[in-house]
Amino acid sequence: MNLTLKIWRQKDSNAKGQMVDYKVTEISEHMSFLEMMDVLNEQLVNAGEEPVAFDHDCREGICGMCSMYINGEAHGPDRGVTTCQLHMRMFKDGDTITIEPFRAAAFPVIKDLVVDRSAFDRIQHSGGYISVNTSGNTQDANAIPIAKQAADQAMDAATCIGCGACVATCKNSSAMLFVGAKVSQYALLPQGQVEAADRVKNMVAQMDLEGFGNCTNTGACEVECPKGISLDNIARMNRELMKASI
Amino acid sequence: MPGFFKSSIGRKVAMALSAFFLMFFLLQHLAINILSVFSPETFNEVSHFMGTNPVVQFALQPVLIFAVVFHFVMGFILELKNSKANGVSYAKNNGAANSTWFSRNMIYSGITILAFIVLHFIDFWFPEINTKFIQGDWSGMLDGVDGFRYHEELKHKFVSPIRVGAYVLAFVFLGLHLAHGFTSAFQSMGGTVGRKKAAQNIGKAYSIIIPAGFIFIALYHHFNH
Repeated sequence: MNLTLKIWRQKDSNAKGQMVDYKVTEISEHMSFLEMMDVLNEQLVNAGEEPVAFDHDCREGICGMCSMYINGEAHGPDRGVTTCQLHMRMFKDGDTITIEPFRAAAFPVIKDLVVDRSAFDRIQHSGGYISVNTSGNTQDANAIPIAKQAADQAMDAATCIGCGACVATCKNSSAMLFVGAKVSQYALLPQGQVEAADRVKNMVAQMDLEGFGNCTNTGACEVECPKGISLDNIARMNRELMKASI
Repeated sequence: MPGFFKSSIGRKVAMALSAFFLMFFLLQHLAINILSVFSPETFNEVSHFMGTNPVVQFALQPVLIFAVVFHFVMGFILELKNSKANGVSYAKNNGAANSTWFSRNMIYSGITILAFIVLHFIDFWFPEINTKFIQGDWSGMLDGVDGFRYHEELKHKFVSPIRVGAYVLAFVFLGLHLAHGFTSAFQSMGGTVGRKKAAQNIGKAYSIIIPAGFIFIALYHHFNH
């Protein structure tokens, strides 16, 4: 298929960016979106032009690096997939595809489609962990009884890959689905109870400090999340903070 | 606890608490106003009670005014903070793919409701304050009107088709605001009940019945004056 691409080009974090049009031809419908981007970049390199910078790593939907806003949606029009899992069969021959970086004040553009998501790392550092003695006498986690439902919900929350699609798609650039998932994965387990109050307080405080917006419960983040993280995690985070603050 | 209400989640909870109070107020307001259609005498009696009872006037009314002002002021503050968090706008953004129009545009339905409240205060609240607190007339009577004045005043307000049109438009936006606000308030309070089908249906019913009831009252009095 032949496509027109409208891509955000920005030389560096201080430069003023703009949308630039490109044509790509003979794109296979079986290609992933990133492979299509590879074809474009080969074309640009061969023409002596600067290739489009974009984040990618595992290319199998686990690392959460590929962060493109495609035709007005985080990770494109497919559901439950990251950009690397998006296939060109979702588009038609002759389509014009708009490709932009994830937008949020807390996710500044580094170059072209690459954004700085280290705000998520700092939120994790502020409380997204449990303190366990690993000196060799660590208790076997399987020896601690955990209800099946709690284990399942904690596992579901822990599948968040921190890609930032929730922030990118939220009209308020809120990070509450991400933080809610990271709070929930420990709040549901006995191992997470000791630091539960400090965890949620510190993570929410860091989230606010990073400049993310307030959740207004539109539910867009849940729809666009490639891992299907539930809005219930935001409700749980709200409860956890109320409990910790009283 | 004071630190809680400075956090983003604390502000959400505060918005939800004021929303719950306002939703309860709307329900009782409709319950009283619908009496004006079915029993003008009862409507007059209840209106006089609400307008002269010291608990309602000096305890509940200030709380209501505070809740209204707080809900709007906090709504604007959160909107400004959220705009600041957004950064550069997308060249193409398909919001309809993942959320409803009314959930994304609460600020616009809210501004419409605010404009309506200004009109509503000019129509009813300011004259009441003038009559009771400036002129000192707590009798509920009016020259030339048998019994209490409230039903007669209500009917009179809905003579103008422009005012009725403005009320109907505002109530449509109120319905859109409630369509998202009802379940959103539960979510902000940490409840997942708002995501259950039954609660969503109650929310839908509430967001239709409340504005439809007020629209019915306005139209009824307009066509029966």
